[in-house]
Amino acid sequence: MEVKDICKIVDAQLHTPSHEKECTIEKAFSSDLMSDVLTLLTDNLLLITGLNNIQTVRTAEMGDICHILFVRGKQPSEKMIELAEEQQIVLMSTSYSMFKASGLLWAAGLSPVY
Amino acid sequence: MHFEFEIEAGDFSNAGYASSQIKKILKQLNLPNNVVKKAVVALFEAEVNVIGHSFGGTVAIDIENEQLHILVSDTGPGIEDVDLAMSEGYSTATKEIQEMGFGAGMGLPNIKKNTDYLNIRSQAGDHTEIEMLIHFDQNTEESSDQDPDQQSTEGRQS
Repeated sequence: MEVKDICKIVDAQLHTPSHEKECTIEKAFSSDLMSDVLTLLTDNLLLITGLNNIQTVRTAEMGDICHILFVRGKQPSEKMIELAEEQQIVLMSTSYSMFKASGLLWAAGLSPVY
Repeated sequence: MHFEFEIEAGDFSNAGYASSQIKKILKQLNLPNNVVKKAVVALFEAEVNVIGHSFGGTVAIDIENEQLHILVSDTGPGIEDVDLAMSEGYSTATKEIQEMGFGAGMGLPNIKKNTDYLNIRSQAGDHTEIEMLIHFDQNTEESSDQDPDQQSTEGRQS
């Protein structure tokens, strides 16, 4: 699945267009707990989260996670977008809940990490 | 090769800055990806702990003999019971740490998981030192999580 597919499936807004890359995303992980995200070994997955702060982007950077989808209409701050662009992390946001966004993306073919 | 960074207590907005700088250095040195990831995840967990739980400290990295030696030191107030702190789920995190998405009692166990050697030296009322080693040759390029129950994909649209 590509970034444009995710945006279409969950009606998401893309916040880092300059880093929209042609890459395939196969797995996703939904969590607001960054400690849990840091236990993952899987690279290049989609993080679906309602935690909207700079640490979400930092956690993605440390975990080599290249895509973040914020749910429930959370909009990343300018500082978050700046850090994401620097680290080449794609930020998206949707008005859908975490449950709905996760379900739609799973149904469309994204696999869970566990 | 030696690098050192200061970590300021309570500076939540910059949590991860030191780990990020170290990640850049390790990448520039062309270390294996899995070594870099293990090191920065362990470092980030330790950095968040220093910011959230201590009076401030430093992180020192030495690269020699095919291994990373990491020493994270703070100036107090120390850990009362290191064994208890190592238990998954045990936490003394403040609201500020929890708002950052941490403080679930997974930090020290995750540091242990990502290192080949971990030694925590601490005394209540005094400083804490966390010493870690990551050997290059013991870390293969494995980078996927185990799926224990092979979830069904029934119900998906084609």
